[in-house]
Amino acid sequence: MIAELGHFSLILALCVAILLSVVPMIGSFIGTYSWMALSRPASLVLVLMVGISYAVLTYSFLINDFSVKYVANTSNLSQPLIYRITGVWGSHEGSLLLWMLILALWGAAVSVFSRAVPMQMIARVLSVMGMISVGFLLFILLTSNPFDRLIPAPVDGQSLNPLLQDFGLVIHPPMLYMGYVGFSVAFAFAVAALIGGRLDMAWARWMRPWTNVAWMFLTFGIALGSWWAYYELGWGGWWFWDPVENASFMPWLIGTALIHSLAATEKRGAFKAWTVLLAVTAFSLSLLGTFLVRSGVLTSVHAFANDPERGVFILGFLGVVVGCSLVLYAWRAPQLRSNTEFTVQSREAGLLFNNVAMVVLCASVLLGTLYPLVLDSLGIAKISVGLPYFNAIFVPLAAAVALVVGVGALVRWKNDNVMAIVKKMSWAIVVSVIAGIAVPLMMGGFKPAAALGVALACWVFLTTLQGVFERLKNRNNKLVALFSIPAGFWGMTLGHLGIAVFSVGVSLTSLYSIETDLRMARGEVHEMAGYQFEFQGVEQVQGPNYSADEGLLVVTRNGVEVAQLAAQKRDYSSQMGIMTEAAIDPGLTRDLFFALGESLNGNDEWSMRIYYKPYVRWIWLGAFLMGLGGLIAVTDRRYRKVKVRQTSRSESTVSAT
Amino acid sequence: MRFLLPLVLFGVIGAFLYMGLERDPRVVPSPLIGKPAPEFALPDLYASDQNFSPAQMQGKVWLFNIWGTWCASCRVEHPVLVDLARQGVVDIVGLNYKDEQDSARQWLRDLGNPYMAVPVDIDGRIGIDWGFYGAPETFVVDKEGIVRHKHIGPVSPADLQNTILPMIAELQAR
Repeated sequence: MIAELGHFSLILALCVAILLSVVPMIGSFIGTYSWMALSRPASLVLVLMVGISYAVLTYSFLINDFSVKYVANTSNLSQPLIYRITGVWGSHEGSLLLWMLILALWGAAVSVFSRAVPMQMIARVLSVMGMISVGFLLFILLTSNPFDRLIPAPVDGQSLNPLLQDFGLVIHPPMLYMGYVGFSVAFAFAVAALIGGRLDMAWARWMRPWTNVAWMFLTFGIALGSWWAYYELGWGGWWFWDPVENASFMPWLIGTALIHSLAATEKRGAFKAWTVLLAVTAFSLSLLGTFLVRSGVLTSVHAFANDPERGVFILGFLGVVVGCSLVLYAWRAPQLRSNTEFTVQSREAGLLFNNVAMVVLCASVLLGTLYPLVLDSLGIAKISVGLPYFNAIFVPLAAAVALVVGVGALVRWKNDNVMAIVKKMSWAIVVSVIAGIAVPLMMGGFKPAAALGVALACWVFLTTLQGVFERLKNRNNKLVALFSIPAGFWGMTLGHLGIAVFSVGVSLTSLYSIETDLRMARGEVHEMAGYQFEFQGVEQVQGPNYSADEGLLVVTRNGVEVAQLAAQKRDYSSQMGIMTEAAIDPGLTRDLFFALGESLNGNDEWSMRIYYKPYVRWIWLGAFLMGLGGLIAVTDRRYRKVKVRQTSRSESTVSAT
Repeated sequence: MRFLLPLVLFGVIGAFLYMGLERDPRVVPSPLIGKPAPEFALPDLYASDQNFSPAQMQGKVWLFNIWGTWCASCRVEHPVLVDLARQGVVDIVGLNYKDEQDSARQWLRDLGNPYMAVPVDIDGRIGIDWGFYGAPETFVVDKEGIVRHKHIGPVSPADLQNTILPMIAELQAR
């Protein structure tokens, strides 16, 4: 009975969503204020209904109601409490419900925090989000109802995929979804602007914080996913160019372009049509990501649920959403021409360069991801596209971006002299070159690629800090000046410093890692990168819902114990399959990574993998700094100040319509 | 006009995605199809002094099945093959792949032996010539010794009814 309440509530949510997508939109054309005003309460009721439905599903998990098919498929009696709660999004149906909940939450947040936006605009924005909700609710109700019953109910359920029973799963999907779905707000703003055929600097200012927050969540989500893959999948890598990883990376690249082009649109009124197109593209790619993950058109480690019927639905939905918005774009965008002028040596040009680089990167990721599919569809060949392709494209473009990133932020709007800035920064060039030569030598061997990576990172770091000094240069009281720097600038600075940290991590990890596969008997010692690894043998241990072989390595350096690494091979009794649980000793300058393999010769010898990964943490640290930068930028006072001023103006706008 | 470009681009991508839906990315076609079956000579499980080679099957349509006692899906497939052998419509040759001979004999004693010959490939040498993907795999070879079809994974009764048996009937009629 409880589960049916959840189902019923979801149907009510669909009714509300239909109302939301029709009434305020019509109201915005015929100018009926009350129809438009309906958008705010409707968004709140929508989140309430979806929230009830979500709570009911969680409750079914908590009480182990195995008569609900979805619960029986993803949970069982011995599953720890935390994984029963997170198991809600452990599989297809539930993760869609989470997606829908987050969409409704974003809609409600827009309705609450955009008091300053004119009613006509907000009615259209919320209405567009209502349309997206209709699509997703129909998808859930028609093809993936999480409340389907399983009668008679089994005594015990199956199990959550053991890979997913991990802290990483607890936060990775919700973060990622927050980012994916967050771009729906930018999308809705873009579509609303296209419908109205009017796009001004105020519009860009309303949209910026929402886009930043979505981008921040996506950054954290991707970084967490990468970290999770690193320690949970036991492969020791941090990025695999897997189709599903690419699916989350593409919206991120376009989102990065979008937050930069929005800066130009807000400050200078430039790139208007382009900004709108990026906003549409970012969300379209989020939907494409959903399609790729959920339809099974591509093979991937993430292919948890494959179902062509669902694929057809999502593809149809994708076609309607993206197709309609692009038709609207083709029709309206010519009116959104910007008439600002700028030279090649200006901040606009720098931002444009960023945009072009991000879009080219995204296009090549899209090509690399879909190329196997295209060749297969044409019946030419079955291939897969891997690391060499992506390296060949990313390394040069990323290097170019790194060259420009700090300098671009130093250049003034409209027109400036880049050569003068470079001349002023010549000391930084010297320092970067020295660092580029010195650091690889200290790492134990000069490698040109590492030198390039470190030098570029150093260059980004110094030019970005120069931006802070420029702000203080001509001020008498440096401390007051430091505190009066707006949050938006700090956000940018932190984001760009994140790039420097990230590229140090990537270049050193990929070039100086040591990875060995070996077999060891108890008491044997292996030496690597100055560390001694002594194998202490394997013991049986019991977990809450698994039993495991646990191998122990004692790591010493110069006779001093550094770490004890206990890696497990877990056997989850309720599900076939053995999971590798790697042991990692993390450190700022290196990780020691140990994964247990097979037992050989009875239990005397074990095969194992031991990795030495220098500076691998810097990859996620860099990503974390970027995300944090996005968050700090949102707290900029001008977004709030503007709102107060806007309130009075919006009233007059509304009465005028 | 250039504002229409994104729409056109999206249309092309969408079309390919739709076509992609119809396809199973896990299907790996064998380059061997339409080519002569790779030749080998391997000792039989029951008579190690006698060699089996595909040339002996000239003039017959036959199934070449790869199995091993270490392979769990082979156990699923086995009753289907035993049943097929009982019908007597086609000869099945079972390549015992990377296996221990004692356990292989034990397995055939316990579960029944559907094979007319069981060549033994202990070190998996012919796997590369035939392009094995993983056991079990089943090839259909025609009277001229040409490989006509490859099935990856356990053969189910439905696979037999829908694909393999009609194909055998057609090849035998030639």
